Amino acid sequence: MKMIPNLRLPVVGAALATLTLAACEPPPVDTVQRGYRGLGMEVVINPDDRARSVAENMPPDIIPQIEDDDGPRAGDIYQNVEVLGDLSVGQFTRVMASITEWVAPEAGCAYCHEGNNFASEAPYTKRVSRVMFAMTQRANEDWGSKHVAPTGVTCYTCHRGKPVPEYVWAEDPGGPHAKGLARAEQNVAGKKAVAYASLPYDPLTPFLSEDYEIRVASDTALPNGNRASIKETEWTYGLMMHFSDSMNVNCTYCHNSRAWSDWEQSSPARLKAWHAIRMVREMNNAYIDSTADWLPDSRKGALGDPLKVSCKTCHQGAYKPMYGAKMIDQFPSLSKKTGVAVDMHKKGG
Amino acid sequence: MAEYQNIFTRVQVTAPIYSGTDIGSDASNRTGATENYWLGKIGDAQLGPIYLGPTGVLSILFGFIAIEIIGLNMLASVNWDPVQFIRQLFWLALEPPPPEYGLSIPPLHDGGWWLMAGFFLTASILLWWVRTYNLARKNGMGTHIAWAFAGAIWLYLVLGFIRPVLMGSWSEAVPFGIFPHLDWTAAFSIRYGNLFYNPFHMLSIVFLYGSTLLFAMHGATILATSRYGGDREIDQITYRGTASERAGLFWRWTMGFNATMESIHRWGLWFAVLTVITGGIGILLTGTVVDNWYLWGVKHGIAPAYPALEAMPLQDPLTTGAGQ
Repeated sequence: MKMIPNLRLPVVGAALATLTLAACEPPPVDTVQRGYRGLGMEVVINPDDRARSVAENMPPDIIPQIEDDDGPRAGDIYQNVEVLGDLSVGQFTRVMASITEWVAPEAGCAYCHEGNNFASEAPYTKRVSRVMFAMTQRANEDWGSKHVAPTGVTCYTCHRGKPVPEYVWAEDPGGPHAKGLARAEQNVAGKKAVAYASLPYDPLTPFLSEDYEIRVASDTALPNGNRASIKETEWTYGLMMHFSDSMNVNCTYCHNSRAWSDWEQSSPARLKAWHAIRMVREMNNAYIDSTADWLPDSRKGALGDPLKVSCKTCHQGAYKPMYGAKMIDQFPSLSKKTGVAVDMHKKGG
Repeated sequence: MAEYQNIFTRVQVTAPIYSGTDIGSDASNRTGATENYWLGKIGDAQLGPIYLGPTGVLSILFGFIAIEIIGLNMLASVNWDPVQFIRQLFWLALEPPPPEYGLSIPPLHDGGWWLMAGFFLTASILLWWVRTYNLARKNGMGTHIAWAFAGAIWLYLVLGFIRPVLMGSWSEAVPFGIFPHLDWTAAFSIRYGNLFYNPFHMLSIVFLYGSTLLFAMHGATILATSRYGGDREIDQITYRGTASERAGLFWRWTMGFNATMESIHRWGLWFAVLTVITGGIGILLTGTVVDNWYLWGVKHGIAPAYPALEAMPLQDPLTTGAGQ
């Protein structure tokens, strides 16, 4: 019986430790070295989480390619085919059947087309899909070597069988707060865009829609007139949280954490990300914003801006969308700008 | 045997309330003391007498005002919703003014409240310092505690007042809030090129970790020898008994050197105080004298170069034109 008082403390301690650590991931984890030894430049992978994520990011069954390129063009047979008009009717029909599976498997053709007049421009969804085709072609052709190749982008990369991709965003108006108090635009719980941190909660608007300066650190040891503030740094930090969360990687996937800004010590992924920022900005400004005038409110955010693209829209927790499945190889018509898509990126901001 | 190894006091001696040593001054305010069994578990069971005096009363009042300003601003930021206030408490903050105000007085709703909370908090802390100084004097003690406290106040003032003034912007200061002040800390290091290469930051860490090590060594030594009277440290200073002998021998066997029953307290005090003194210097130099500590470290040979990651290291796309 004398043992009991002596055991009480360890037992209570063990119980407290169990409670405190309950939210942590159980070991073991795998690490992949991505930099010189000793620098901690590594990716940490939880095997269970990774298996779940891979299962969630599988490519769909693909309708086999139609080799026959003969016969009349889709643009000659159908009206109002402004992007894919040069495809054969067979190839065109395959793309339409595929996009139906990718974007509107439940509503079917009627999601974008009027039942008795497929050429009608009345459904806004048809006009949006034209912009989306152009955006996809532009990404694969002109942003390929900079960011999306060789995985490439199809409608499915973002949509995954849903009319509106799961991970889209709009300007965040913030929660209710007392009148007369300036909005700090940070220090709020539950904000997914910054992975639940108390950092500025909408870093997507200034950096992925507008082009505010992301770099804050100085490139000289001594002061040289760089007046970037700590508050600005927190916005950049918020954007980095979004990157990390979108791809399920840590900071050292791109950076050597001892010198964030030094390109020579960064991994090649950082250059991909640098281009991705510009690509996503163009997608949001030149393509998605062009629909703002006629898009219904149900496809807009609380402040009236269209639902937009971020890193997570494609990546969905994978460092490469769908872990690098090259769906684009099966859809050459989406890999090159055609028809009205050729000039569309020049129109927007 | 286990008596000496418990983190709580196992045997409590109760005695009549004691009003303290006669130091020849007015003892009429030494009233209101009480006894508490649970306090006795971790220290002296007697609570009080507490002497506040004018500085103590004003310090508590100003401190209350500061906390009230901070709390009400947090509450306002969630639209006076008490449930959200509790749920989001760790995320909420009172932020310093935005950079565009510089050092001017901003409107109350846009950083003015931060300035006011900072004023009252600083006044409260300084008054409490005066109190620690005066009470030590009245007790005929040295003023070591007041000066140790002054070290912490130095770091606090550098962070919230001296450095922002030198930088010409209140926005450089720390927000009041749990997570937000941690975000500020991380952002501060990111903006100024990695504080780990700041030599005063290095010193501060050495003294901080050194303080914890010294405290653990000292506390463990005293508890380990308390069965021989080691807990009566002051006696052991003058009449070096078996506890002191054994403790000293233990450390000499272990590492060749031992501090004395008296000098170990000097070690502890200086390590703790130097943590905040060097830390304050490190913060003060950041942005005012050095803008990128990593590059400063490269310049002065303290940041080693590692083999390149790629045969062709990355180049800044802005300078190579890759962004075109």
